[in-house]
Amino acid sequence: MTGFAWTGPLPLTLIKSIALLVVLLIFVAYVLYADRKIWAAVQLRRGPNVVGPWGLFQSFADMLKFVFKEPVIPDGANKGVFLLAPFVTGFLALSAWAVIPMSEGWAIADLNVGILYIFAISSLSVYGIIMGGWASNSKYPFLSALRSAAQMISYEVSIGFVIITVLLCAGSLNLGDIVAAQDTRFGLFGWYWLPLFPMFVIFFVSALAETNRPPFDLVEAESELVAGFMVEYSSTPYMLFMLAEYVAIVTMCALTAILFLGGWLPPVPFSPFTEVPGPIWFILKVCLVFFMIAMAKAIVPRYRYDQLMRLGWKVFLPVSLGMVVLVAAVLEYTGWGAGMGH
Amino acid sequence: MNIAAWFFYLFSAMMIGAAFMVISARNPVHSVLFLILAFFNAAGLFLLLGAEFLAMILVVVYVGAVAVLFLFVVMMLDVDFTELKQSFLQYLPAGGIIGLVVLIEIAFVVGAWTIGPVTIANVTTPMPPGMTNTMALGRVLYTQYVYLFQAAGLILLTAMIGAIVLTLRHKAGVKRQNVAIQNARTPAEAVEVRKVASRQGI
Repeated sequence: MTGFAWTGPLPLTLIKSIALLVVLLIFVAYVLYADRKIWAAVQLRRGPNVVGPWGLFQSFADMLKFVFKEPVIPDGANKGVFLLAPFVTGFLALSAWAVIPMSEGWAIADLNVGILYIFAISSLSVYGIIMGGWASNSKYPFLSALRSAAQMISYEVSIGFVIITVLLCAGSLNLGDIVAAQDTRFGLFGWYWLPLFPMFVIFFVSALAETNRPPFDLVEAESELVAGFMVEYSSTPYMLFMLAEYVAIVTMCALTAILFLGGWLPPVPFSPFTEVPGPIWFILKVCLVFFMIAMAKAIVPRYRYDQLMRLGWKVFLPVSLGMVVLVAAVLEYTGWGAGMGH
Repeated sequence: MNIAAWFFYLFSAMMIGAAFMVISARNPVHSVLFLILAFFNAAGLFLLLGAEFLAMILVVVYVGAVAVLFLFVVMMLDVDFTELKQSFLQYLPAGGIIGLVVLIEIAFVVGAWTIGPVTIANVTTPMPPGMTNTMALGRVLYTQYVYLFQAAGLILLTAMIGAIVLTLRHKAGVKRQNVAIQNARTPAEAVEVRKVASRQGI
């Protein structure tokens, strides 16, 4: 078993996984709260402020409410697939976190092909939506499922090219090595967001489209499709979809932090900053990216479907393909290779 | 038995079970979902062999893209199940012969493996030590066989352009949006200001 050994004894891995799961789910609960608060602040509302101090327990109250409601399964639904869909979505969203390093060596599985694993998992998340939309046996969910499948496949292509440029610069598919390659004496200016700035922008926008966030939330577009593929879902299955959506968003934030914002590295590479533990920097960066995503939701109006496709195929694809060629050529002729700016 | 062997039997059993369900499931959408499960288990087998790059590419390409298209087509088609069942016997001889040929071929491969281990050594190139299998594959594809690889790429590109040319139709009477033309419009050419004489109109 080369390259895919256990990173520790089985019980230890299990304990680590459960600990990560608990921390992640609590974090996601507060990300959901933050999302609503930021959105409210932009619109000069108060947002959730009733449950707990400043509404801090709102997400947990919502969760309890969903769990205690009766799950309604439509009569004409394909029951097995209908119930499988939210579980697949939730499982896939959470399983991406197995390889994400929060600090040096802090990953459940330190895969050689970590970035490919995340790419594979995120390309699978479309199944939950297609299965849910089809099994509901209703026209709006089905239309929404078809739309979202096309949308997610389109934007995966440009995400793939963005990842390739980062890989070319870092010279590794291991997420830890990608972060290590950004560890230069320039601190925050040595991270890949600056040399690969166009790709950073493309990645951010594609991440919005890949996770079906506004302005690309055509999957749920409530003005045309009621609530998209989730129309027929209620109670716990609905909650699983909702949870998976936010876990996927946090995954994308973490991936942005790792690929472009130097993961757990401090922004300024000297003393008071280097003393701060890596996970704190990592979480701060994830929060920063999430803040940008939440602001995009509050500020940008929804895209029309044909414009979305045009942006994906006619703008992002050529630009990112061109950047792959350009970056590869620059690396080949200057010999910079792994770790630019050393 | 070590843990890798357990996983091998788990993945293999699930894969064979899923493959059987692909052909025996009544609902074609269920068939495609079982096909996806089979792909997944194949990826698991690749992982056990230490071919993690192939495993991930299998998931990205086959499960993430090809099977989505299958699912798309199967969901959109209105399949008549009774008709499918009736033509089962009609296709049985052809399908049976193909299955038999594949079985014999597998027997040959396994036979060559057990009779002459030299054949295996000739066919498979061992991975150079100290290299991940992504690097080793990259070296073979993009350095050793770069021209053949590029030629294969060109053939695929030609096929893709051909498919687009064959299916692209511009319907007359359908309004198309051209963003460049829209952006190039100025108020001077887009808006016309007229004086309308009272009780006469334009």
